[in-house]
Amino acid sequence: MSGRIFLLGDNIDTDQLAPGQYMKGGIEALARHCLETARPDFADTVAVGDLIIAGRNFGAGSSREQAAEALKYLGVAGVVAQSFAGIFYRNAINLGLPVMSGQLPDSLTDGEVAELDIELAILQLSDRTVALEPLPDNIIAILRDGGLIAHLKKRFA
Amino acid sequence: MAVGEVVTVRVDLAMIHDSGGPRRVAPLLAELGTGLHNPDQVVLISDHYVPGDSDEGRQILRFTRDWAEREEVVFHDSQGICHIVLPQQGHLRPGMFVVGGDSHSCTGGAMGAYMFGVGATDMAGVLATGETWIKVPGTIMLEWQGVLADGVGAKDMMLHTCGLIGMDGGEYQAIEYSGDTITRLPIQERMTLANMAAELGAQAGLIAPDKVTTEFLAAIAAHDSNHYSRSLELPDAAELCTDTDAELLRHHRLDASALQPQVAAPHSPANAMPVSDCGNTAVDVAYIGACTGAKYHDMQAAARVLGKRRIAPGVRMMLAPASLQDQQLAAADGTLQTLQDAGAQLLPSACGICAGYGADRLAADTVCISSTARNFKGRMGDPASQVWLGSPMTVAASALTGRISDPREFLATVQ
Ligand code: SF4
Repeated sequence: MSGRIFLLGDNIDTDQLAPGQYMKGGIEALARHCLETARPDFADTVAVGDLIIAGRNFGAGSSREQAAEALKYLGVAGVVAQSFAGIFYRNAINLGLPVMSGQLPDSLTDGEVAELDIELAILQLSDRTVALEPLPDNIIAILRDGGLIAHLKKRFA
Repeated sequence: MAVGEVVTVRVDLAMIHDSGGPRRVAPLLAELGTGLHNPDQVVLISDHYVPGDSDEGRQILRFTRDWAEREEVVFHDSQGICHIVLPQQGHLRPGMFVVGGDSHSCTGGAMGAYMFGVGATDMAGVLATGETWIKVPGTIMLEWQGVLADGVGAKDMMLHTCGLIGMDGGEYQAIEYSGDTITRLPIQERMTLANMAAELGAQAGLIAPDKVTTEFLAAIAAHDSNHYSRSLELPDAAELCTDTDAELLRHHRLDASALQPQVAAPHSPANAMPVSDCGNTAVDVAYIGACTGAKYHDMQAAARVLGKRRIAPGVRMMLAPASLQDQQLAAADGTLQTLQDAGAQLLPSACGICAGYGADRLAADTVCISSTARNFKGRMGDPASQVWLGSPMTVAASALTGRISDPREFLATVQ
């Protein structure tokens, strides 16, 4: 599934993704304020299949899983960043939100249509392909199952 | 195992707290239709919602207590902040592989345990299976040589490093602290170093076990009331050290003798600078709290700066000791009295406003100097509050003057 890309900068932290003051309202309320400090229009305009393209250290800050959950809730199909903060990276994979890193060209434009292929490790744009760092098979398996819980459910079934 | 390889690892111990623990993992375990893989390998600590001064907090604590009883896990209720209570109760030993449901879980690295923070889903997986996946980390060596000046400590080392390599400088790899400065540091200062590996974006912050580590562990084991310290058979320390010829991802060499007290301006620990550069910023609140900055050693350091002085009029100084055990130690030797005589208000031994909880949350436009690890916008209260980070000594010095101040000035003239 393809979507539009939202271009963000470096150091998008978990307080921007899941602002602390809305943590009590549950994921729906939280998602409404997702990224509002960086992109006030984000929660209103993001659609299922859209992608986030960011710089370094995406998801820095706390271990709150809601940071990844909010993006998933809003339908974000994946985050491609130059690098990720580790706990966010783990949380995203465990929640089934694809996260891939790679060197991103400057030519990417906000709103451009793209599709993320985690198995081929590419970001497919209408006129070009950006190669990303491949994920190991066990991580792809978790993502394909829709997250760690779904993945383990198979094991305990 | 090669660096970067994703491997499945057996977990020796899982630590969870009231905020990210039972209330988040119980529904996931129910969804999996399974219980705990091994309750003996789970330690639950309540600290975030302690003392339960809101309806929500009370409900969460109730849920936590009921779960602990039902699941028969080890539970330290309202004893202090998890990262400090866990080692103090004898749960950590060198060489263990431990996960914690909190981002500062890397504090366990001070005891030579490979410990790191995970989220609730990850934790549910660990609790259900006793194992987890990990990308084998590379090592980033932070080598400190030289003698720290009086008035400069582990917190200053960490703020300086945050400024130097940034909040992603740890690259989610394993940081190792080495060098003669580290060898001389007491265990609680080492805990500050390991704790703030989180602010460097590392997965773990390790210090090779040595005599300081063994003495700490032996003291715990000698404590009668401690039921959890296991046998003191320590693995050969040499085996737990990085080989001298090991390939390092990076090697930073730092000079401790040149280090001045550091502060970090709002809203990032990476906004670090020597305290002399902060332009005499006026403060309303001085906070000595958190796993990072309110341990016994931190309280002693702050008390040394305060001496017999009183804090400046108009400044509110709050003290939330990192654990009850530390509070008792501070009470026993007069440290606590010194702090209270200076004007510090004693708060429960819990996360408190470091986690943004409770009635003492910072109001809009409040300027705070804090011994905590993080000053992200809005973390400790209103988004319009301003939090500066500093060492417990710098917090104490700033409380005395009402302006962010260098503690060395006061140590020179202790009354
Ligand atoms: S004191 Fe602060 S940093 Fe430490 S565990 Fe509690 S909330 Fe986290």
